[in-house]
Amino acid sequence: MTTDHTLVARDLTLGYGDRTVIDGLDLVVPPGQVTAIVGANACGKSTLLRSMSRLLAPRGGQVLLDGKQVHKTPAKQLARTLGLLPQSPIAPEGITVADLVGRGRHPHQGMLSRWSAADDEAVAAALDATDTAALADRPVDELSGGQRQRVWIAMALAQRTDLLLLDEPTTFLDVSHQVEVLDLLTDLNRARGTTIVMVLHDLNLAARYSDHLVALVDGRVHASGSPAQVLTEDTVRAVFGLENQVILDPTSGKPLMLPIGRHHVTVPTARTSSPG
Amino acid sequence: MTTVSLEAASDRPVLTTAQSVARARSGRAVRRRTVIAVLAVLVVVLFVTSLMVGKTFYPASDVLRVVLGEDVAGASFTVGRLRLPRATLAILAGLCFGLGGVTFQTMLRNPLASPDIIGISSGASAAAAFAIVTLSLGSRAVSVVAIVAGLAVAILVYLLAYKGGVAGTRLILIGIGVAAMLDSMTAYVLSRAAEWDLQAAQRWLTGSLNGVSWSQALPVLAALVVLAPVLLAQSRNLSVTQLGDDTAAALGVRVNRTRLVLIVAAVGLIAFATAAAGPIAFVAFLSGPIAARLVGPSGSLLVPAALVGAVLVLVGDLVGQYGLGTRLPVGVVTGVLGAPYLVYLIVRTNRSGSSL
Repeated sequence: MTTDHTLVARDLTLGYGDRTVIDGLDLVVPPGQVTAIVGANACGKSTLLRSMSRLLAPRGGQVLLDGKQVHKTPAKQLARTLGLLPQSPIAPEGITVADLVGRGRHPHQGMLSRWSAADDEAVAAALDATDTAALADRPVDELSGGQRQRVWIAMALAQRTDLLLLDEPTTFLDVSHQVEVLDLLTDLNRARGTTIVMVLHDLNLAARYSDHLVALVDGRVHASGSPAQVLTEDTVRAVFGLENQVILDPTSGKPLMLPIGRHHVTVPTARTSSPG
Repeated sequence: MTTVSLEAASDRPVLTTAQSVARARSGRAVRRRTVIAVLAVLVVVLFVTSLMVGKTFYPASDVLRVVLGEDVAGASFTVGRLRLPRATLAILAGLCFGLGGVTFQTMLRNPLASPDIIGISSGASAAAAFAIVTLSLGSRAVSVVAIVAGLAVAILVYLLAYKGGVAGTRLILIGIGVAAMLDSMTAYVLSRAAEWDLQAAQRWLTGSLNGVSWSQALPVLAALVVLAPVLLAQSRNLSVTQLGDDTAAALGVRVNRTRLVLIVAAVGLIAFATAAAGPIAFVAFLSGPIAARLVGPSGSLLVPAALVGAVLVLVGDLVGQYGLGTRLPVGVVTGVLGAPYLVYLIVRTNRSGSSL
């Protein structure tokens, strides 16, 4: 198990240009757990993640890692503790899997220091953990979407950080690959105690795969806690403006949200007849 | 044959992932070092060859004695005063164009984003032509003017292409337009000049090494000594920056600062070389892709691309002077080499849609 780091956002205000995206947000990331952040499109999920990893300076408030402001921590030093996998990272043309994963070692290398055996081991461990060792010499461009996502996660693993933030790691993946990626992140959390914070699109997968669920509305935390506490019919209505029914997922014991639209709904509920 | 397959079979089960990762990496490193060594030897061979051949042929032994400072009848003037500065500037300019070109191509993730395509060389060239032909400035002042113009064009193209971030394709198209405008400015300056002559026109429009002296070569050497180490020190940051700004920042790279250092150093190299030899066509554009083919997809391309640049200029100048019957400036020869590749890249881009 790794040492537990505290990551806290305090009265955080973020924006681009004259648009405020996150407005006075408070958030505590539970150490050693998997946190999922959900919310409607453009509610500030990615912006929050970028700021927590020092990519976007706050307008107000602060992000504290172990009590120190991340925006005042040297970039390379922070990158040894906290990693971020952005939503659409770019693979240079022709780069091989091993080479791409090796770039995750950057924060551990000096300007002139040579590649070390420790670097090789970290890369190999990351390839093994993500089941991509067999792909090591293949160009990344030739891989399928699911393989490519595992390779990017391998790069983040080679960085060997105790905290890992991921911005929609399952976008553009089909459902089996989504589950595969989330299983992989759970393995990582259980085996190494890595604290994981991920923005997810799919509410039900977020509830299934998180210990701690955070729902954002208009740049503020609307609800946070265990999936059972957060994923309720009222929360879904407030966050997504969607009529719904939440039941107990028989395969996991976690809450499962069933959307109620205008069509194909056979079970009468209190709200299906109310005007949209 | 059989021994090889037996070895491979007995090797495989005991190899851990870490060992195979290390093995593959050292294999790539050996290839890269081999390519660099071969290119370096090639540069030396071409350098000596261009000192030997000409109207009068001098054997390598005479050339060597001249280079070492001995007085050799006839050779001392022809080789020492005429051929040596020319061949030296060929190497220096080639190194500068190769380094500057591959830096831009890597940073902007696009082989078309080379300084000679997006107007930076044209800007330096137009300014140098103006400073020399119209203002009659000395070589040091010309270098300064060329650098300022190169940086100004780089900033101008960047600002024109900026639209909540810079998209590669947009920047390249704007750069090509700016380059065309600057090239016509060069032509205008040359046409208005009192001492209008073909030599000057060739230098500033396509690049030429005709009539080069030490006073032109030395500022390029100084620029290379100062700026090449700056670029090489950034090579790791450069390779991480390729993964996109957010990923690079998350890996601890100060993206904006890195980019600024890279742009200033690369533009500096291009501008100094252009002020001395003109915008030798397509050398910056071709060096990186050729180096990438030779080295393979992994590892920094800075040093191999620099050496490829030197080879291209040396070969281009040799061919231009002695290979074609009439004497052509080096830029015409490299232009003939580069133009088909440019067409190929544009055709490929159109087919694949967006990813330039």
